[in-house]
Amino acid sequence: HLFIHSISIFQAVLIILHLSPFGSLLFSPFSSHLSSSSPIPHRERESFDSESLLSPFPQISSSGGISAMDRSPKRRSISPDDATRFPDEVLERVLALLDSPKDRSAVSLVCRDWYSAESWSRRHVFIGNCYSVSPEIVARRFPRIRSVTLKGKPRFSDFNLVPDNWGADVHSWLLVFASEYPFLEELRLKRMRVTDESLEFLALNFPNFRALSLLSCDGFSTGGLASVATHCKNLTELDIQENGIDDFGGEWLSCFPDNFNTLEVLNFSHLNTDVNPDVLERLVSRCRSLKVLKVNRSISLDCLQRLLVSAPQLTELGAGSFSQELTPRQHADLEHAFGLCKNLSVLTGLWEATAMNLSAVYPACSRLSFLNLSYTALQSQELASLLPHCPCLRRLWVLDSVGDKGLEAVGANCPSLEEIRVFPADPFDEDMINAVTESGIVAVSQGCPKLHYILYFCRQMTNAAVATVVRNCPDFTHFRLCIMNPGQPDHTTNQPMDEAFGSVVKTCKKLQRLSVSGLLTDLTFKYIGKYAKNMETLSVAFAGSSDLGMQYVMEGCSKLRKLEIRDCPFGNAALLSGLEKYESMRSLWMSACNVTMNGCRVLAREMPRLNVEVMKEEGSDDCKADKVYVYRTVAGPRRDAPPSVLTVSSL
Amino acid sequence: MTPPLLGGVEEVASSASLLASSTSVESVCENGSAELKERNYMGLSDSSSSGDSSAISAVTGESKTSLNLKATELRLGLPGSQSPERNSDLCLFASTQLDEKPLFPLHPVNDNHGSSMPKNLLLGNKRGFSDAMDGFSEVKYQNLSSQPAKAKEVVGQKPAQERPLVSNDPRANNRSSANNSSAPATKAQVVGWPPIRSFRKNSLATLSKNTEEVDGKAGASALYVKISMDGAPYLRKVDLRNYSAYKELSLALEKMFSCFTIGQCGSHGTSGREMLTESKLKDLLHGSEYVLTYEDKDGDWMLVGDVPWEMFIETCKRMRIMKGSDAIGLAPRAVEKSRNKD
Repeated sequence: HLFIHSISIFQAVLIILHLSPFGSLLFSPFSSHLSSSSPIPHRERESFDSESLLSPFPQISSSGGISAMDRSPKRRSISPDDATRFPDEVLERVLALLDSPKDRSAVSLVCRDWYSAESWSRRHVFIGNCYSVSPEIVARRFPRIRSVTLKGKPRFSDFNLVPDNWGADVHSWLLVFASEYPFLEELRLKRMRVTDESLEFLALNFPNFRALSLLSCDGFSTGGLASVATHCKNLTELDIQENGIDDFGGEWLSCFPDNFNTLEVLNFSHLNTDVNPDVLERLVSRCRSLKVLKVNRSISLDCLQRLLVSAPQLTELGAGSFSQELTPRQHADLEHAFGLCKNLSVLTGLWEATAMNLSAVYPACSRLSFLNLSYTALQSQELASLLPHCPCLRRLWVLDSVGDKGLEAVGANCPSLEEIRVFPADPFDEDMINAVTESGIVAVSQGCPKLHYILYFCRQMTNAAVATVVRNCPDFTHFRLCIMNPGQPDHTTNQPMDEAFGSVVKTCKKLQRLSVSGLLTDLTFKYIGKYAKNMETLSVAFAGSSDLGMQYVMEGCSKLRKLEIRDCPFGNAALLSGLEKYESMRSLWMSACNVTMNGCRVLAREMPRLNVEVMKEEGSDDCKADKVYVYRTVAGPRRDAPPSVLTVSSL
Repeated sequence: MTPPLLGGVEEVASSASLLASSTSVESVCENGSAELKERNYMGLSDSSSSGDSSAISAVTGESKTSLNLKATELRLGLPGSQSPERNSDLCLFASTQLDEKPLFPLHPVNDNHGSSMPKNLLLGNKRGFSDAMDGFSEVKYQNLSSQPAKAKEVVGQKPAQERPLVSNDPRANNRSSANNSSAPATKAQVVGWPPIRSFRKNSLATLSKNTEEVDGKAGASALYVKISMDGAPYLRKVDLRNYSAYKELSLALEKMFSCFTIGQCGSHGTSGREMLTESKLKDLLHGSEYVLTYEDKDGDWMLVGDVPWEMFIETCKRMRIMKGSDAIGLAPRAVEKSRNKD
């Protein structure tokens, strides 16, 4: 997002253009028609066509525009000293309808008035890299934030490539928020370090706090959750996903007060220890607005059945363990309970589901749009029996235990499918005979022409198959292929997989995200640089032949924002080829490549507004830069880096 | 569909790969078991790399030895930072190397130093699995195997160029593996690969075993588990349903792994290669020399023999015959147990 740019570019605009009177000129005809007392309806994705707004005859963009403006009278002649200057509050009201951060950034660049009105009307801020800006700068820029989304560690920390003490601690942010945003309502963190102290601080210092979402975070325990449950009186959302936390037991759930009933979203699916099912049932029955409930494996099918009966309004359900042996009566009850859930659009969990038990969910599947079966090693037949019950399926996640046959069933039964993710059931077992191959993905592409998102783990692939897939589905926006053996060629021709990814980037003009794998030479990157003009995120591992590979990408991919590379033969020349580019990107990660400390120093010297950080491995050569993380920032070098993280300066 | 290649190089490359594939097929036939499979998993471009190495080994036995010595030399640093002389040895094989990068027309043109072309080629060589391993210090290896078949991946500080040689030469692997620390487990894994998040890995750990259980319920189908032995070049698989008690299993194991223990016997200064009596084998397997362990559903390594047989076959995922010296804390009990059992 353009957060950083809007500051630096705006400063230039301010100095040069002095557009303030021009902005008020534009809107004076409309001021009398905007009522400041009636609430303005909240719209998503409202966008201004900024080009048109700068023209002397303002045309509202055809995509919608604001209803108030549509009712404007004919324009009357405007004189430069028109006294009816457009009041800021009104402008703020109008701009408050904007949701898209990109639109907001564009609007803030128009003139000083708009900049100020936009910043006062902004309620939500998204910070893609917590070190790109400091909390003080954010608070100064946007005084009235109610909702913050913060992302911390580089994505490769998910795969243990980042040391535990790397940083991204949310506490310093919370301290600033407590004084600047005391009315903060929502906090969504991804890959941040969050301690129990921070959670307690959050619970105690923000009386209006409503929504907490922690995805891939670490550093806290269930004690922190207990603080949140105890003190957040108006909590509507508690979403704890996929975190590395200390699970000391399920007592935290009992910390919700007896009269607490505002919960709308509760997700504790990845906590390991048991929660008290009675406590959960009571909580669910009194939270009448509960829409999303994702429980963990400790919840039995009996309990689940009771939960469903008391909360048939659920739109998203994460079932618990699904392997319990049921009597026919229990099965019928469960099936009946699922049948009560007429609004279910998301179904996940279903750990270790047996075929028998899975049939109990059929009645709830008619409106299902997202089905996550990646926690159960379904066989192809079981999947084939389930899918006809889900005619509206748009997103499907499975394990590769379903095999190519299972994927054929997907192609046959899911005409509306837009996203498929196939995870490996046993990633380290090379003997998997039933795993998916290139035939599986081709079968899906043949039956699902709307497919635009794929994440596919496989042990073999061919160039021809990938070409077929993208020919069948040219609208891919996310193409993530992981051939699990590093550097494996096309298994029928023994050629590199260059042509596969070449066909992807040539055919899929809308491609935003690409992950490559298999045996790849620089040709792959040449294709990417030449054709992937909309690509924003690229992940590369064990690929490429020389610096040229990375150079092609840095020179050709104009919209690149995130680049993560591991174990590739890219050295300093490659790193420095992106010199001009890194300020327009969120970040670059390079690990186990051929970059040296000298290369990093050159980069740091040439581009002072980047943080060039090197994580040193124990016992490695002093010249080698084992892991390099480069990102743009207006906050200067990190002050909280652990000893293993060096911020490279030009010295 | 082949992209334009550098003229004649293409033919050389393709014939090299043809040679490669036939050679590797032969080597598969010779070795029989999972060795080739294991190589495949660890990600070297299957026949082409092993083929390269066969082609290479056919051409220069001598230089291979010297390269192997260099290969086993402990070095710090990432591959690709090689001294030129290392490359010149391999420039003979540039043509075969090229078959990994046949689509690289720009490269020789852009480099204005033709003499160092091989160096660049090799530096720019696709990094196979063990190249990736080079980049990691030993502490990062989660599971290092002391078996040569796996050890080729555990080549420690080997430079990129050595990879094709290493894959086909167990002796070199043995030496290099001796340089690396070994931890009890059977697979060498790259950190963070495949890129699966840890919460998912944790869920998966129990899933695969459960699938087998489901199969078991369905009709008592085979329950194959792998058995590895420290020092053996390849693993074996047994169907646990073929046995009804620990005794039968241990007898079968002794038979299977006797060929390896004979060698061990000799090297440990016992009476050499004479007939090995069953009791001697038993002593070897169940005495202080070796301990039979298994990995259970939770991923823990347990001593075989503690739980009832039925429970054992339900929970056993794979087995390992460890050296007693590795089984710290287990070994004394093992000795006692074997004495009690016998």
